[in-house]
Amino acid sequence: MTELSASSGHLSDSAHADKSVYALRLGDDALIYAQRLAEWIASAPQLEEDVALGNIALDQLGQARSLLRYAGAVEGAGRDEDALAYFRDERDFLNAQIFELARGDFGFTIARMLVVSAYQWELYSRLQASTDETLAAVAAKAVKEVDYHRDHATQWTLRLGDGTDESHARMLAGLDLLWPYVPELFETDELVTTLATDGIAVDPAALEAPTLAYVDAVLTEATLTRPVTEVRHTGGRRGLHTEQMGFLLAEMQHLARSDPGARW
Amino acid sequence: MTEPSGAQPGDLNAEGGHGAVPMSGVPTQNAPAEASRREWPLWEVFVRAKRGLSHVHVGSLHAPDAAMAVRNARDLYTRRQEGVSIWVVPADHITASSPDEKDAFFDPAGDKVYRHPTFYDVPEGVEHL
Amino acid sequence: MYGSDFTPPGDTSDDTPRIEATDLDAQFQAIIDSDGKIEPRDAMPEAYRKGLIRQIAQHAHSEIIGMQPEGNWISRAPSLCRKAILMAKVQDEAGHGLYLYAAAETLGADRADLLDLLHSGRQKYSSIFNYPTLTWADMGAIGWLVDGAAIVNQVPLCRCSYGPYARAMVRVCKEESFHQRQGFEILNTLSHGTTAQHAMAQDAVNRWWWPSLMMFGPPDDASPNSAQSMAWGIKRFSNDDLRQRFVDMTVPQAEALGLRLPDPGLRWNEERGHHDFSPIDFTELFEVIKGNGPCNKSRMEHRRGAHEEGAWVREAAAAYADKAAARAAEAPAA
Repeated sequence: MTELSASSGHLSDSAHADKSVYALRLGDDALIYAQRLAEWIASAPQLEEDVALGNIALDQLGQARSLLRYAGAVEGAGRDEDALAYFRDERDFLNAQIFELARGDFGFTIARMLVVSAYQWELYSRLQASTDETLAAVAAKAVKEVDYHRDHATQWTLRLGDGTDESHARMLAGLDLLWPYVPELFETDELVTTLATDGIAVDPAALEAPTLAYVDAVLTEATLTRPVTEVRHTGGRRGLHTEQMGFLLAEMQHLARSDPGARW
Repeated sequence: MTEPSGAQPGDLNAEGGHGAVPMSGVPTQNAPAEASRREWPLWEVFVRAKRGLSHVHVGSLHAPDAAMAVRNARDLYTRRQEGVSIWVVPADHITASSPDEKDAFFDPAGDKVYRHPTFYDVPEGVEHL
Repeated sequence: MYGSDFTPPGDTSDDTPRIEATDLDAQFQAIIDSDGKIEPRDAMPEAYRKGLIRQIAQHAHSEIIGMQPEGNWISRAPSLCRKAILMAKVQDEAGHGLYLYAAAETLGADRADLLDLLHSGRQKYSSIFNYPTLTWADMGAIGWLVDGAAIVNQVPLCRCSYGPYARAMVRVCKEESFHQRQGFEILNTLSHGTTAQHAMAQDAVNRWWWPSLMMFGPPDDASPNSAQSMAWGIKRFSNDDLRQRFVDMTVPQAEALGLRLPDPGLRWNEERGHHDFSPIDFTELFEVIKGNGPCNKSRMEHRRGAHEEGAWVREAAAAYADKAAARAAEAPAA
């Protein structure tokens, strides 16, 4: 792993803090998503898919580690990736809620992967041009990975959407369950707007149109339609989560917290 | 050593990697009735390890179609950067020479020694030949 | 009643190999005698073919079921680095199962059938995976002891007489080299960590040591099938030889770890040039094989559940492939 430096000398303290929070948001997205995806290992519908989902989970975990490490370095309080992953409480996690939703069936898993990977692809392909060298480097690596995730989700959406009556129905059910959590991905706030103006971050609002255009094209080919709903769930970027999040964290963190200070 | 009835130590085979699995009385085929489902077909996988080398057969896998087969092959056979290019071929599209004809097929090539450069005498001192 | 009996209920077809060295095709025997490789379309005795299908399939089943005891701890791994390692390892096991099923299929078996045989309990998997993983230290003990024993078993298989099996094993062994090392590293960290961590490591070694020794199978004098297997170049070393190799290899590693192997009879025998160890009580192994191990039921239920829950996905993909093929056939030729 390359050493991540936090040296952007001209930034003010508050800009540093903002950048750390931004890295934390993206890192938490990837970490919580990896945790959910890993639940498929040894449970996938076919052995080949165990391997594929394992690869995708590993990619997300790798992105999470780079981003958390950077968030900790920029913050400058001595927290490493594990301190951030294992010793923060639920209210301090900043992932969008879509990532923490329970694993669900394979239809829901593919519906989520389609939207999330399309979003991450749009995000990372732009973040490669970040004025922050580390974020740009993480994005350059990640965009290749999520390109494959998006392809995987696309292939499966076509097959489930245009497969059997049951698979079609399950994809629709998965999309219905998912959709209220999609708009949160594109929410913007002062922190990210400021960082975007400085060329450090990508404004999520700018990602909505291209992400949904990609998703819609795949859904159409798969004989599916995007659900229409006014329901929107949000709050993850401010540390407000679904009830499912507490159980995920309890499981993920309990061992590391059982012997604080121990090395593993 | 106590041996419970039905379990004889001789039934156990340990060389199957993780060891100690029974071998006697274990069937290798299902009743035909169970084999009638629609299963994903078998694909043979060929990987080019790096530019300049031929694709080499590495194994097989199951996939519903060609598009998924090449992706599954990527995940299964190139997890450690083993390849730069992949071919997948439906296993039942491969025509192989018959092992029964082995002698007739390959032995006639055996006496055509003049096809090999080592057959020829080159005078001492002649180079680049 | 899965995993509980050696004679499958209702199995009237007798395809158990009668392992006798009669009527062997001369060409086959010549290849074996010259230490050559048998390849898929070669003539081979039916007992060789069926014995191999059985062995390779059950080896593959062991890899697939073997994902569960470790998969059990992915969500709880105590650091992100350990989580990544464990995920990669469990994923490798799926891959190894797939390489092995592919090898079995070259002998005319069908993977879906083999999985059915696993799911109905008529084919087995290694008993070692019917033990529970109770603490994080079990990830270390499995890597160090169980994978260590598996490597001792598997390395000679890289030279076995059946080409596709040997090639699959070369790939498996290459990939597994990190598995044992990561297990050792986990235990080493725990053993030299806090008091609680050290105790956790010792407890795991106490629980996994004897089952690991049993992985090599019964003693040679009680293993009549081994002779034919050796004559055919499938098996290269006897159960007892491999077990001794494993013990001799492991004892100094345990010392380096600062952990005790739970056998008061374990000591160096100068005369033999090997470690002596106490006789193994195989009663427990037979109980586990009969289906009475702590996890036989849950492992099979998990495996069958995943397969059954995935049926609609596999059907959908097959249906889509049919539709796509039909569309391609209808499309006007370019």
